[in-house]
Amino acid sequence: MEGMQTVGSALLTLGLVAIAVALSLYEKLGLEKEIGVAVFRSFVQLAAIGYVIDFIFGLESIGAVALLLAGMVLFAAWTSASRAGDVPRAFVVVALAVGVAAVATLGLLLALGVIPATARYLIPLGGMAIGNSMNAASLTLTRIRDDVREQRPKVEAALALGATGRQAASPILKTALQSALIPLIDATKTTGIIFLPGAMVGMIIAGANPLEAVRLQIVVLYMLLGSVSIAAILVGTLSYRSFFTPRHQIRKAMSDE
Amino acid sequence: MYRPKIEVRGLRYEAGGTEILAGVDALVPAGEVTAVVGPSGAGKSTLLRAINRLIEPSSGEVYLDGESTGSLDPLELRRRVGMVFQIPALFGVSVEEAVLYGARLAGRSADPARLLEVVGLDPSMCRRVPETLSVGQQQRVSVARALALEPEALLLDEPTSALDEGARRKIEELVRDLNARLGLTMVFVSHDLSQVERVADRVVLLAEGRSAGQWERPEFFSTAGERARRLIAGRL
Repeated sequence: MEGMQTVGSALLTLGLVAIAVALSLYEKLGLEKEIGVAVFRSFVQLAAIGYVIDFIFGLESIGAVALLLAGMVLFAAWTSASRAGDVPRAFVVVALAVGVAAVATLGLLLALGVIPATARYLIPLGGMAIGNSMNAASLTLTRIRDDVREQRPKVEAALALGATGRQAASPILKTALQSALIPLIDATKTTGIIFLPGAMVGMIIAGANPLEAVRLQIVVLYMLLGSVSIAAILVGTLSYRSFFTPRHQIRKAMSDE
Repeated sequence: MYRPKIEVRGLRYEAGGTEILAGVDALVPAGEVTAVVGPSGAGKSTLLRAINRLIEPSSGEVYLDGESTGSLDPLELRRRVGMVFQIPALFGVSVEEAVLYGARLAGRSADPARLLEVVGLDPSMCRRVPETLSVGQQQRVSVARALALEPEALLLDEPTSALDEGARRKIEELVRDLNARLGLTMVFVSHDLSQVERVADRVVLLAEGRSAGQWERPEFFSTAGERARRLIAGRL
């Protein structure tokens, strides 16, 4: 029951959420409801995943770990696809991109012997890889969608000159990839100076040796760079068929008429 | 020089639940300038985009000298039938690059200086940054870049609507000049009847997505076309 007490004391930090709500009310940001939903969902989801991870630790089965990670990928794809709802095949594109990114990076860490094949490592690291890849995938997809709409005259001009859909969209793809990758690159640059990353903070508080915490944090950062890049590039490559027909026409779903 | 005639038969196109083209038939004779006119929303620009297959018609067909464009490779079709838009949208850091964009994609060579001369610009402009040109000059560059692919036909979608009076007249002269010198088959969308009178050999009228008549220019501007002219001017 000590665990429950800890969760209970965590609830006291709701006081800090009140500050955000107060700001929203005072400045009429209209975000109170969203903050409420976010707080409620994060509490329920984190508590639930805590029990699930605890359960899977007990199973000591790598199959159960893989199943949980696959579930996370599908949930990530669903979240990302609903944000880019009007992009045809968004779910499939994001699921593939995030899935490949997670498998490739975790697989590499395992193959190089950087982490052992245990639930204790795979679930949290996998979760971070999937979560960050999902954000990058959403950013890339929505950015490409917005730019294909906004820069329609340019895209059409390129197509009319015999460019393929991919060639016509390549400047758009470039800026979309930049906008998806730059936040993480900046975070990686400033890490340790401006902010101490979550995993490291957690380990130090939990009593780990700071140097061991740093070692794991470096693994996390490089893994994230890798998985986020893979996810963004895959979304870019796979999604162009969501925006163009095989006959190199802008899809009707992308026109605002 | 091969110059095809373009035939449009029973063309329909639907998007977002509305029928933008609801049955268009039109004939564009080889080597002539055909103007497509009609009230706004009549489907003029959509018709143009169906000719070079920037959009896929829901039914009906466009023929280049009897050859169905639906069975052609769309990239090859667009190289044969060039297009100039309302907004120039030039690519590249120099005018030369902008002119060569399509030719390079096709793996073909072209002479950018000569092409600039053809559209009435100074060949020394090759090294200029496209954005430093006036919009009228940029529009000429966009004509030059379409010509770089040596097209058989040229589609022009209100190419002067973003231009001032002087630049507008120059583009009109360029269209007549290109038609005279290269004999290109041209389809010219316009909402300006005085421009149509200066530029077109033939007039195709669209109304509410349907073809509503075709005339030779003198016929269109005589009493026979009076009803059509009032329709376009919104006085019917």
